[in-house]
Amino acid sequence: MSLIRMGVDIGGTFTDVVLEKDGQSFSTKVLTTYAAPENAIIDGMQQVCAKAGVLPGDIGQIIHGTTLATNALIERRGAKTALITTQGFRDVIEMRTESRFEQYDLNLNLPEPLLPRQSRFTVAERVDATGAVLVPLDRAEVAAVADQIAEAGYTSVAVGLIHSYLNAAHERMVREVLAERLPDVMVSISAEVSPQMREYERFNTVVANAYIKPLMKSYLGRLRGRLQEEGVGCAVFLMHSGGGIISIESAAEFPVRLVESGPAGGAVFAANIAARYGLDKVLSFDMGGTTAKICLIKNQTPKTARVFEVARTYRFKKGSGMPISIPVIDMVEIGAGGGSLAHVDAMRQIRVGPESAGSEPGPACYGRGGLRPAVTDADLVLGKLDPDNFAGGAFALDVAASRAALEAVLGDALGMEAEEAAFGLAEVVDENMANAARVHAVENGEDLSEYTMIAFGGAAPLHAGRLCEKLGVQRLLVPPGAGVGSAIGFLRAPFSFEANRSVYMKLSDFDPARIKSLLTELQAEAREFVRSCDATSPVLSEFKVYMRYTGQGWEIPIALTEAHAMTPDVAEFEALFEADYVKLFGRAVTGLDVEITVWAVNATTPRQAVEKVVEVQDSGRALPSGNRRMFDPAKGSFLSAQVVLRSSLAPGDGVSGPAVITEDETTIIVPSSRRAICQPDGCIDLTVAQEA
Amino acid sequence: MAQHSTVAYQVMWNRLISVVEEQAQALVRTAFSTSVREAGDLSAGVYDSRGRMLAQAVTGTPGHVNAMADALAHFIRRIGRENIFEGDVYITNDPWEGTGHLHDFTVVTPSFHKGNLVGFFACTAHVVDIGGRGFGADAASVYEEGLYLPIMKFAERGVVDKTLLHILRGNVRQPDQLVGDLYALATCNEIGHRRLIDMMQEFDLDDLQGIAEFIFEASRRATVERIAALPQMQATGAMTVDGFDTPITIAVKLTIAGDHILTDFTGTSGVDKKGINCPLVYAKAYACYALKCAIAPEIPNNAASLEPFRVTAPAGAIVNALHPAPVALRHIIGHFVPDAVYDALDKIIPGVVPAEGAGCLCNFQLSLRSVDGTGARAEVLTFNSGGAGARPAHDGLNATAFPSGVMTMPIEATEHAGPVIIWRKELRPDSGGAGAQRGGLGQFMEVGAREGYEFDFSAMFDRVNHPARGRRGGAPGAPTTIGQDNGAEMRGKGKQFVPAGRRVMLALPGGAGYGEANARDPATVKRDLARGYISAGAAARDYGLDAATIAEVQAKVRKGEEI
Repeated sequence: MSLIRMGVDIGGTFTDVVLEKDGQSFSTKVLTTYAAPENAIIDGMQQVCAKAGVLPGDIGQIIHGTTLATNALIERRGAKTALITTQGFRDVIEMRTESRFEQYDLNLNLPEPLLPRQSRFTVAERVDATGAVLVPLDRAEVAAVADQIAEAGYTSVAVGLIHSYLNAAHERMVREVLAERLPDVMVSISAEVSPQMREYERFNTVVANAYIKPLMKSYLGRLRGRLQEEGVGCAVFLMHSGGGIISIESAAEFPVRLVESGPAGGAVFAANIAARYGLDKVLSFDMGGTTAKICLIKNQTPKTARVFEVARTYRFKKGSGMPISIPVIDMVEIGAGGGSLAHVDAMRQIRVGPESAGSEPGPACYGRGGLRPAVTDADLVLGKLDPDNFAGGAFALDVAASRAALEAVLGDALGMEAEEAAFGLAEVVDENMANAARVHAVENGEDLSEYTMIAFGGAAPLHAGRLCEKLGVQRLLVPPGAGVGSAIGFLRAPFSFEANRSVYMKLSDFDPARIKSLLTELQAEAREFVRSCDATSPVLSEFKVYMRYTGQGWEIPIALTEAHAMTPDVAEFEALFEADYVKLFGRAVTGLDVEITVWAVNATTPRQAVEKVVEVQDSGRALPSGNRRMFDPAKGSFLSAQVVLRSSLAPGDGVSGPAVITEDETTIIVPSSRRAICQPDGCIDLTVAQEA
Repeated sequence: MAQHSTVAYQVMWNRLISVVEEQAQALVRTAFSTSVREAGDLSAGVYDSRGRMLAQAVTGTPGHVNAMADALAHFIRRIGRENIFEGDVYITNDPWEGTGHLHDFTVVTPSFHKGNLVGFFACTAHVVDIGGRGFGADAASVYEEGLYLPIMKFAERGVVDKTLLHILRGNVRQPDQLVGDLYALATCNEIGHRRLIDMMQEFDLDDLQGIAEFIFEASRRATVERIAALPQMQATGAMTVDGFDTPITIAVKLTIAGDHILTDFTGTSGVDKKGINCPLVYAKAYACYALKCAIAPEIPNNAASLEPFRVTAPAGAIVNALHPAPVALRHIIGHFVPDAVYDALDKIIPGVVPAEGAGCLCNFQLSLRSVDGTGARAEVLTFNSGGAGARPAHDGLNATAFPSGVMTMPIEATEHAGPVIIWRKELRPDSGGAGAQRGGLGQFMEVGAREGYEFDFSAMFDRVNHPARGRRGGAPGAPTTIGQDNGAEMRGKGKQFVPAGRRVMLALPGGAGYGEANARDPATVKRDLARGYISAGAAARDYGLDAATIAEVQAKVRKGEEI
């Protein structure tokens, strides 16, 4: 018998639990228990163990991802935290970028920093941009600050000093003094949490880490205790934002790396399907109740970035949250989900989201008092959803309420019937998502017409077909288990850890010996994290540098081979940079020096071997269970659509659009431009229909 | 050609807005100029075949708002419709027909579909250098400010003008970067063009007239509805600022006239001898921006939504400087236009607009030289902000730009750009004008060089002698102060020498307060004291907090209790 593994994803509403045993998968969703999140895990674990006929003690490995860290930042439920920083820079996390993220709002307010000004202490010290000490740090001054911190009763301290990514000696000295005087206080230093240039991002990241550390440490400790009580003796690992897994101890030390671990699991889930189908260019599309997330997956690896923003406070607008600079799967998130609400603006245009009806009152059709039309209401009126078979028939949807909401809010203002208003609403939300995907693709120099979309999350299969039409995407895969995609993704993730550091080097000052030693050091650091999880597996190293023309502000990531990293050659580095630059921006710039700004090494266990799907031919045998009227936006009219139960499909069964393929978790819309077939692994495979 | 529903037109409008955002993002990533990449000093727009702007990217600078809308007409007139060919690219840095100074290049590309001219793409970016004296206020005429390129072809039918490139290269300090920027501008238009053609194919369009009329009709109606709802009246306002050597008054008369608003700058001071003058197009942009923020913030910029905001100024006023006045730092006057407009608008719609703020960005440039005779040099430009004015229901934003939308640079990045040390960059307590709503705080900065370097400090500050004025009884913000750490005095504007080992000590101005200070919520006063936004002295003097309460707040801070 192979190892029994369990994936657990704590989301905002549901905790998803998936157990895999001998290639079989058992899953459940339970409500997240905010006060003690471990309770939902235990509950879910007992359910899946019962389904699989195993005991908790039989589980061999647990992989856990959670939105708790993100939520603690959004809801400001962290510990009483202080910051110690360089004299003269007390307000870095408050002054942000000194700009307004929304230009036309005279009443704009910027998000409050995580720590108010009185919780930010300074010490005289200074390191310059070469890493040299300009002003030495005085231990006595740190001791005096420690006494103030003790008097005020802070339980966690972040240390962020200017240029500490080049020279961490002062930050370490602050930690030593604090450890001597305040042994019970947790300390996070920026040179370890996020050794990257740019003080606002780095300080904010170390503050966020310190802020959630006591909470996450205590939660992870309790979780381990509860699991032991249930007889679970196996190791627990944590999914991190970069798409790999780390030990529970590393997670407790660097909890900021857990932020966005759920969505990262979704991207890994999609990457695994891409590998099974041998697809090198995939766009993952995850749409739930309030947001949609889009990620580019090239060569079966989700694209990563080194900084992202959490806790956006203003219509998901860029700049309205706080930056976190850690290795992260690069995703675009927009406020578009099944619950997103529509209104008419001053130009008499329909606008959708980011405001969401949530689960209470929910869309108008839930009949719980919602009076404003949501995306789900439009989907219902357009015939994409069956009012009598929503969520497996758990409750009936009220079409009349949807129509009334559409007419009251959109129809009256625009002179539209409910159907046309629903069409408008659905088109606007689909266009918003398509635009986000297009912009993301252009930013990465990619052409989406060469991509395959993989859609998961409750609302995605309802909208993915139309998105493909809008984006010119030829093929769409909707995998089974799409409702618990993140938790399945956790089980597909390798052990991995990315270490990175800002060090400037111009190619005109190329120093092969220094490069080799720097990358070797980062490699050792990253490998240690992986080794602490798995003592025997081979560990691969992926090397990456960020480069730009001197004078530019935007670096592009350049992947290096181990040979490039260990025997660095300036001409090779330059050629790699130029090739990627041309791909992104069309044209190289002659005559300018190139510089490297950030160095990164990702240590990872090899990706799990995948069983390639043997794709079947279309044998055209799907038996419809009925027909229903459904609107086809590309045709601009209602058509009669075949209704097919997903559970009735065998490999090779095909159905031409317009059609709907229904299951308890979601509904897959097959537009009239597409034909769907069922693949042997249960994926529904939509491709452009051949002209009759 | 297909008939299109309202829904389809709305989708197309959203698409066009997305196209110009993409166009702008492509520029941000490839530009070499600090002000483009860090500060968003760029713009991008799409136009119909008549040159009417359909959509414009929202970027860091409102200064390009009308400039971009107006520029296309100049291009079409200068190039001549009969000379517009597929594959052409046009260019200019004309301050009067572009965006206000020689450092801004505007590039226009005609868009052809099925062999017909269907529209244009335009974009603008601030380039690193354009020769002449370099970026600063010190020129006496535009001739000294750098190379001037009238509207002309950068490329014809796909072939770039090599002679033009030779001339450009020979006249600027960083030719590779300038040429890189020009190609980046052309490329971003090309990206927009391709996306436009994709859209036209998807919706089976032969031209843009249908979508243009849809956009213009909805935008014009929404804008005019807002204007018609205002009191139909006139009001005047004025504000005086430091200027270069002599104070400058910006006078404004607003007329709300049913379907439009006229902003008239009659009474404004004449042009200055130094390069802080402002071509009308740039002043118009900031006047329009200020009014749109207050009246119609969510209506996107296009030819129809901008048209009702009309602006006039006497020729030769500092807001309508004519060729060949020096205009390199036209942003200083431009950034003050909104406060002057709000002085008048507040009399028409009280309770909407903020008190005066820091206004212009507090930028400075350092020209550093080593003193050991090796001749090593570096130029470092930084962007910084004072405090914004308090709003009727909110405090002013601390150290945040308004009306400009630019971002500051991380000091760690600045210190990598040259041998400069920023010793201090933090909020300036007590600089926000007292009021029921407090003005935003300015900031302290201390600037020096690494050991062995001296520098010229090119100052671009205002509000030294004319701090931001409060509204409805609010107190003024703190003025700008500037000097050296040994007490040596410095001026708010112009190039000044700083010897090795000395630091420049800056206190950047605060925003003004709104409403009487004694009406401020005492809980907020205590919070400000706890955070150190105000000192104990100011809490007592400005807000009447008694000694016992002050001591109580200070004790709570020491004990780490919430306030």
